Amino acid sequence: MAKRIEVKDLDIYYDKFLAVQGVSMTIQPRSITALIGPSGCGKSTFLRTLNRMHELVPNARVDGKIFMDDEDLYGPGVDPVSVRREIGMVFQRPNPFPTMSIYENVAAGLRLNSTRIKKADLDELVERSLRSANLWEEVKDRLNRPGSGLSGGQQQRLCIARAIAVQPGVLLMDEPCSALDPISTQAIEDLMLELKSDYTIVIVTHNMQQAARVSDVTGFFNLRGVGQPGELVEIDETTKIFSTPSNKATEDYISGRFG
Amino acid sequence: MPTTTSRDQGPDLHTPLNAAPLTHGQLPRRAPQSVFLAALVAGIALLLSGWNVAAAAIVAGFGYAVVVYAWSRAVEGPRKATDRLVTAVVTGAFLLALIPLISVVFTVISKGAPRFDDQFFTYSMRGVVGEGGGAYHAIMGTLIITGLAALISVPIGLLTAIYLVEYGRGKLARAITFFVDVMTGIPSIVAGLFAYALFALIFGPGVRMGIMGAVALSVLMIPVVVRSTEEMLKIVPNELREAAYALAVPKWRTIVKVVLPTALAGIATGVTLAVARVIGETAPLLVTVGITSSDNFNPFDGRMATLPVFSYYQYVTPGVPPDPALNRAWTAALTLIIIVMVLNLAARLISRLFAPKTRG
Repeated sequence: MAKRIEVKDLDIYYDKFLAVQGVSMTIQPRSITALIGPSGCGKSTFLRTLNRMHELVPNARVDGKIFMDDEDLYGPGVDPVSVRREIGMVFQRPNPFPTMSIYENVAAGLRLNSTRIKKADLDELVERSLRSANLWEEVKDRLNRPGSGLSGGQQQRLCIARAIAVQPGVLLMDEPCSALDPISTQAIEDLMLELKSDYTIVIVTHNMQQAARVSDVTGFFNLRGVGQPGELVEIDETTKIFSTPSNKATEDYISGRFG
Repeated sequence: MPTTTSRDQGPDLHTPLNAAPLTHGQLPRRAPQSVFLAALVAGIALLLSGWNVAAAAIVAGFGYAVVVYAWSRAVEGPRKATDRLVTAVVTGAFLLALIPLISVVFTVISKGAPRFDDQFFTYSMRGVVGEGGGAYHAIMGTLIITGLAALISVPIGLLTAIYLVEYGRGKLARAITFFVDVMTGIPSIVAGLFAYALFALIFGPGVRMGIMGAVALSVLMIPVVVRSTEEMLKIVPNELREAAYALAVPKWRTIVKVVLPTALAGIATGVTLAVARVIGETAPLLVTVGITSSDNFNPFDGRMATLPVFSYYQYVTPGVPPDPALNRAWTAALTLIIIVMVLNLAARLISRLFAPKTRG
């Protein structure tokens, strides 16, 4: 189920502005890849190209290739909607649907697409997703309450449950903990480590300890200068990046000597 | 000691420059109320001594403002005094704005009450001369025509707003926005003439039909619906759309199942208020629907009665003696106000019922 992603020489544009240049990397299945780097260096932009959310911005486009197992995500005739079926996403701010209950939020991926499914199967799927997101015990007695009544950390886990309910092969997380307190962050990190056995996870984070704690591979993005495109400076085993990075900029950044 | 002398020589950074005390004088707790009572008594005294109401009220109001300002300035200082003066001015402006509203409500209720009876709501004007008669036909006509107008404008307005917010880019969207703005300013009689001209082209001159009135009203209603729906769709957070896209939901399903339900409360309120806005229109109905004294509930065949036009005709062609007709005109106006008020209350209820719930 977990998929491998291969990025080849990817340039990302907003209209004529080159935002990210020349990214090549391979993301292994059943692993957590963390992307770190200073603000504005294009980590989130890069992440959003992986499930073709980038092109929702008017005039945004990419050059280069991204392969998921051997399929070219940007090949001719590829439907972005089907790409997003395979590659789920969790956002920085928890965003449960305000008109829906907790149950409906988790079922949203199927319900919104009017997928035909038996009530019992849907119940089971919702329970399984909520259990995987470590939220079941907290909400099992109030599944019909609005999702927006939960705490921030619970809402974020609800969003993760919603993302994994459609059983994607890859899960992208864009700073999933930056709006959360340390305890909720801990819960989400534990959850990521559990989900790793079934999914390919890519996480953008500003928290280097978090990258060091949860990820197997870490990629460092940086800007060459003001107004210059962002680029992938270095990507390697997390232990190596945080102990003996091969690039000076990476070392400066992770040791806090940056800027 | 050397340390203290060196500190004494430097600038003193520890005492604030304008060392004002933290306490200052205060008016007695009931001071504004007492001054207000005094002004009220003075006003009544002026009224009794032969002044007219407006002059007495103005003098009393001014007196109150001046006394409170002067007293407060003497005791509390200029800032508090200005605060009290502005409070008095704002309250005065509010009361002034309230006068026409209260006057209208009072007049319409007092003059409309005598005929606010069973007969008014169950009888038409067929064969009625002088006493009696009712506006049943006009009430039904208003409901039918306004309902049809809503039926025409809501889909058009809603879809236009969805296009503008979710799809519209570039020239076409800008042009539509511009023309919607222009439509907002169309005088209602022009809308009526447009509908008349349109139907006269098809059915020949002199045509009168309920549907013509509905078309005229929808010309007035569409821009209101577009504007309010557009605003409501714009405040749906983009994060919700992205959340849906990330779940592999196509754009049109995202709009239908996420964006619209989230904005439903606001949209329903906007539509209800748009209906309330056009239900009292007289001019366009005058030229398109006309008036009749009998029941005609078929909007595709001939003249119909509507409340505003009914009220108008009862007033301008009362007959002899005029009183029964004038009473009917006022009662029709009262009925119209009640309908509009009910619609406004319904709008509030709808927005409460459909609003996304945060707490369960």
